[in-house]
Amino acid sequence: MSALHIKQGSTSHSAYNLRPTFSDVQERHTIALLVENEPGVLARVIGLFSGRGYNIESLTVAEVDHTGHLSRITIVTTGTPQVIEQIKAQLGRIVPVHEVHDLTVEGPSVERELAMLKVVGEGDKRVEALRLADIFRANVVDSTLNSFVFEITGAPEKIDAFADLMRPLGLVEIARTGVAALLRGD
Amino acid sequence: MTREMTGAKMVVQALKDQGVDTVFGYPGGAVLPIYDEVFLQNDIRHILVRHEQGAVHAAEGYARSTGKPGVALVTSGPGATNAVTGLTDALMDSIPIIVLTGQVPTFMIGSDAFQEADTVGITRACTKHNWLVKDTDRLASTIHEAFHVATSGRPGPVLIDIPKDVQFATGEYRGPKPSASHYQPRVKGDLEEITELVAAMETAKNPVFYTGGGVINSGPAASQLLRELVDATGFPITSTLMGLGAYPASGKNWLGMLGMHGLYEANMAMHDCDLMINIGARFDDRITGRVDAFSPNSIKAHIDIDPSSINKVIKADIPIVGDVAHVLEDILKIWKSRGRKTDAANVKKWQAQIADWRKVNCLAYTASETSIKPQYALERLEALTKDRNRYITTEVGQHQMWAAQFLGFEAPNRWMTSGGLGTMGYGTPASIGVQIAHPDALVINVAGEASWLMNMQEMGTAVQYRLPVKQFILNNERLGMVRQWQELLHGERYSHSWSEALPDFVKLAEAFGAKGILCKDPRDLDDAIMEMLEYDGPVIFDCLVEKHENCFPMIPSGKAHNEMLLGEADTQGVIQAGGAVLV
Repeated sequence: MSALHIKQGSTSHSAYNLRPTFSDVQERHTIALLVENEPGVLARVIGLFSGRGYNIESLTVAEVDHTGHLSRITIVTTGTPQVIEQIKAQLGRIVPVHEVHDLTVEGPSVERELAMLKVVGEGDKRVEALRLADIFRANVVDSTLNSFVFEITGAPEKIDAFADLMRPLGLVEIARTGVAALLRGD
Repeated sequence: MTREMTGAKMVVQALKDQGVDTVFGYPGGAVLPIYDEVFLQNDIRHILVRHEQGAVHAAEGYARSTGKPGVALVTSGPGATNAVTGLTDALMDSIPIIVLTGQVPTFMIGSDAFQEADTVGITRACTKHNWLVKDTDRLASTIHEAFHVATSGRPGPVLIDIPKDVQFATGEYRGPKPSASHYQPRVKGDLEEITELVAAMETAKNPVFYTGGGVINSGPAASQLLRELVDATGFPITSTLMGLGAYPASGKNWLGMLGMHGLYEANMAMHDCDLMINIGARFDDRITGRVDAFSPNSIKAHIDIDPSSINKVIKADIPIVGDVAHVLEDILKIWKSRGRKTDAANVKKWQAQIADWRKVNCLAYTASETSIKPQYALERLEALTKDRNRYITTEVGQHQMWAAQFLGFEAPNRWMTSGGLGTMGYGTPASIGVQIAHPDALVINVAGEASWLMNMQEMGTAVQYRLPVKQFILNNERLGMVRQWQELLHGERYSHSWSEALPDFVKLAEAFGAKGILCKDPRDLDDAIMEMLEYDGPVIFDCLVEKHENCFPMIPSGKAHNEMLLGEADTQGVIQAGGAVLV
């Protein structure tokens, strides 16, 4: 059991699969890091991705252990299996990175994202927006006579679907947190 | 042990406690408190360089020739930015160095103060790790941690940025203790994987060891174990530029260097082998050539302390993460306990095949009675110096490749060259760092005139400290390697690859207070080299060589190991558009 409370992956010694298959298929992986919360640590992680030409689809970071000064960074990235293995190995080299976990490999995991959407409209569109928000279990966190701010939590695909429905109903602004993820089970 | 002292004093105390005897540096406003403390003590010797890049390369030369970390001390702003090339060089070649930079006081950071630069931001990508210390109480523990990070796992450069007010303030000094850091890279290899490798060694018909700088970095024990393993198995061994000396050049299984300008027999053995045992090398593009044609029929074992090296370029069939010495020890133990088996009959045939390749005599060149061939100059240098206590540094270019081909290294830590970054201007300051660490040794920088000019100011350092470094310049009045590529790839259009205003190197030497020697006739060469060796002081040796000599063998960009060019006759129209875009 690690400090992230994640069981080790399929290989016996590390999260790194040293025998990946070489393939051209692009895969989407969610990677969780436990890092020392010291100045510049986020810049090191981001600099690695930009410097070596890797993709970041989303990245979230916050301190999760205030006494141990540890932060958890959740990164969603895409690449071939070889690139994904490189990303994990390169992340593991960063000195203040304590743990690297590939939730997609070690999973199943649960992924959640929070979004806020501002929808401006009147009449039927406004009623329809409210009705759909109810179906998606989105909360109204701000309201004027001609606007709503909805708060929605869910998997990224659910937020995409909700945003797509709101677009014709007057979606003017959206803010998303990026993905936070945990492994399922104990 | 804790006691109160200023941050500046802490720096000196921490370096002493880490066993540092030499610091290469250059003072400036933001490090004056530290320089004051350097002035007030005698345990650490400070070597004043002439440019901060020189300080970092000198620290690299010191580190590579001793196996101990090198230390450089420079000021803020331009001092730090001048150190960037040296840091990147050390990162690429995995050299442990600690660079201390001054910084403007904490309350001025971010105000665009005089000589302020975002040093940790700028050097984040060219250090293994770096720190900005804002609290004097944390300064000593940060310095101790920096030594731990620089020297553990895959070694590399680290930087500590110390604001001037942190140097003046007092705090509690803590001595070094076993690192409590979470950073503890694994050194023991997985025994299952090692056993799998041993099993492959037992049945391999055409095995080859491909070794790199990791063997040198692992320490003298690794070289010792490597020699034992190679000689016990009888497998042939080749090495990258970085790994020369780990196995002796006079050893009977030695193939010579491999790669772009490696030996024919080494590259052919890599291409045709059925078991490749990579020990502490990283499948650099200078080694692999065309990746999809790289050693197509071999099982590849890869031993590396850095997990990110494995499968980065070439897929490893048997990946082993660990320190070279630890892994070699386990390989030997397991191989011996299983009865020291090899397929001796087939390995013997393989050795006969290699002997045939060797007959190609790939380093042959056309001798001349009128001009000094650079290969000849290095052959004579080798003949006249190989029995001495010799250390070689180089600059970057043709001369570097010829030095790797024509000089033989019998021991590790004797060969200092910029491999990964290819830093012109590396050799002169590196030779100074080596000579400081080995005052009685013969230290030669094999240089080209263009590279040499890039850090020639360090001759001032050599003269000031009476360092008898020999600057052996193969002067072809060209950027030789650039010229060679322009000839082969760019229709012989020699765009800006020569200098029309070279200095008179003999007068230059005299201006610095060193000795200058000019040699242009092959008949005078031996006497001139002997004159250089016998002179007790720094020498600039201006060896005027054939201007248009190309460096062979050569695997052109985009070609496989078995598509080597062996000489001028092979060069017509061989590099296609696909290869031309590569470097």
